[in-house]
Amino acid sequence: MGLTYRDYLREELFPQMWCAGCSHGISLTAVARAMAALKLDPAETVVVTGIGCWGKADDYFKTHSFHGTHGRALSFATGIKVANPRLKVLVLMGDGDGVTIGGNHFIHTARRNIDVTAVITNNFNYGMTGGQYSSSSPEGTISTTSLYGTAEPGFDICELARAAGATYVARTTPYHVTQMDKLLAEAIQHKGFSVVEIISSCPTFFARYNYKVTAVEMMRLFKERAVDRERYDALTAAEKAGCFLTGRLHREEKEDFHTKYARLQQQAKARAEREVV
Amino acid sequence: MILQKKPESRLMQGNEACAEGAIAAGANFYAGYPITPSTEIAEIAARRLPETGGRFIQMEDEIGGMAAVIGAAIGGAKAFTATSGPGFSLKQENIGYAIMAEIPCVIVNVQRLGPSTGVATAPAQGDVMQARWGTHGDHPVIAFSPSSVRETFDLTVKAFNLSEKLRQPVIILLDEIVGHMRENIIVPAPESLEIVNRERPADGVDYKPYADDREVSPLASFGDGHFFNITGLFHDEQGFPTTDPIRVKNQLLRLHQKVENHRDEIIITEEFGTEDAVLTVVCYGCSARSARQAVKLAREEGLPVGFFRTATIWPFPYEKIAALTRSARTLLVPEMNMGQLIAEVERAVKGRAEVAGANRFDGELITPQEILVRIKELI
Ligand code: SF4
Repeated sequence: MGLTYRDYLREELFPQMWCAGCSHGISLTAVARAMAALKLDPAETVVVTGIGCWGKADDYFKTHSFHGTHGRALSFATGIKVANPRLKVLVLMGDGDGVTIGGNHFIHTARRNIDVTAVITNNFNYGMTGGQYSSSSPEGTISTTSLYGTAEPGFDICELARAAGATYVARTTPYHVTQMDKLLAEAIQHKGFSVVEIISSCPTFFARYNYKVTAVEMMRLFKERAVDRERYDALTAAEKAGCFLTGRLHREEKEDFHTKYARLQQQAKARAEREVV
Repeated sequence: MILQKKPESRLMQGNEACAEGAIAAGANFYAGYPITPSTEIAEIAARRLPETGGRFIQMEDEIGGMAAVIGAAIGGAKAFTATSGPGFSLKQENIGYAIMAEIPCVIVNVQRLGPSTGVATAPAQGDVMQARWGTHGDHPVIAFSPSSVRETFDLTVKAFNLSEKLRQPVIILLDEIVGHMRENIIVPAPESLEIVNRERPADGVDYKPYADDREVSPLASFGDGHFFNITGLFHDEQGFPTTDPIRVKNQLLRLHQKVENHRDEIIITEEFGTEDAVLTVVCYGCSARSARQAVKLAREEGLPVGFFRTATIWPFPYEKIAALTRSARTLLVPEMNMGQLIAEVERAVKGRAEVAGANRFDGELITPQEILVRIKELI
């Protein structure tokens, strides 16, 4: 088809609505590049989002787009995919949408191994509503609803995904754009529920309150603190806490929901026909 | 002589008639979460849909069930879900989404006694106002409340037809009595049913899913080759978000207008003895069954009592009810709640008749005798 990433984006709407220095723009174009690399047919591709800063990403895609209610993006996506398995479905969520209000849908979509790709930008807080803590905020996080730090630990999204049954799990950062492109393409190609977590800078809130750094310094932090599995495993627990484990963390071949359901459907049809005879 | 094959007669439960009606209307997707007393609908859908090439998925909760129904509908399916009070509460946000995004689908609520968990197996008509105002904001609603098993079948077919035609979710308010009651019904032959499918845009046209100059625009499915956005935000003709006050206002007006314009087609009522009645009983759903018997008994005793039943709760038949006061001095509204639809009856008659209730809210069906006693008190 000869499409470039720009053919998947509604560039006429740029500049994007995100704050200056926000990493969502990097993630947005990476998703578009993965689409182009895989030559996805825009007419067969659906971008589903929920609510939040990253939840506005659907506006920028020239594919089919669906902007659902907060936390339910994966359930809408499940309906879309189960009704029409031919479609390629990408679900763009933040940590609030994906694993906090939508946590229940997340684990069950993983358990069912629905063949959709979740791209979760994790900025460790609710950016759109002004920087409150989420279920991925690390313990002690300063936010507008935790001025003295949080008294609850945060989820490790990739561990959660894997434990719940996701068959492809990866993590990357906005600094590692080449890796991001590669992991996104792998995840989209993967048959089954795939999750790519993109650690994100929220220079307006989380980074300012917690790392107390600028957007640029956040990028340096991503560069320095991202480690692969091999290096990560050699670290002490205290060292691990300050790092981001990145790369492909899990991949397995397992029949997806639709393949199994199609078989059950055949059996049901055959049974119904026998009964008629 | 050629013997005509008799139409099939079957002993059926209201919930079963609802599921069969849905399949007869072309439903090919169900998503939901089990809840008493609606569970039979899910069970039948789970068995019958895969047999007919459709799909069933049991979701992790009611919210996900409603979301999956909406997703499937935009994926091209005729989708439905069934629930009861607590689940109906959970579905509300996404019902509002479907109204706003104009996604056709059908939601069945088999009412049970509330509030909260209430009595899970007891009948009630307590969700009448929730059906109208359960989701936030101003929004149009279509809701039916059948009184018999056969009517449940027919109204389910009609619910799908209207939802496809108007791109509007339609609610069926069953109740535990009608849902679990068994009646012998003649199942209509499939070829005798009028089935409406949503209008789809032609290939290659400049497609607008929310055209300003149309009451209802055609609806393309994802994968049909047309690009557009679906959102619960106010949106432009292509479906992309807008906050423009003129667009916002016009969109909200159009949403209401498309339902208002079809009131005559949506509103189904039945009446007898109303032209010379001094008192008319205004009823719906399961309590209409007792009301019918009460009116019969009253008339046998020579009392001038009329019967008016509405199968359509929303939009409410204000004009038809106002017309009852040409003869009746009193309207009696039996309900299995503390008095919900009675307020709409009062709105309709604007003081031209006395409006009184006969209410039962202890989980037992209101009896003809109880209604008859009220008739005699009031007449
Ligand atoms: S609030 Fe944070 S996440 Fe949201 S756009 Fe601004 S920087 Fe990005």
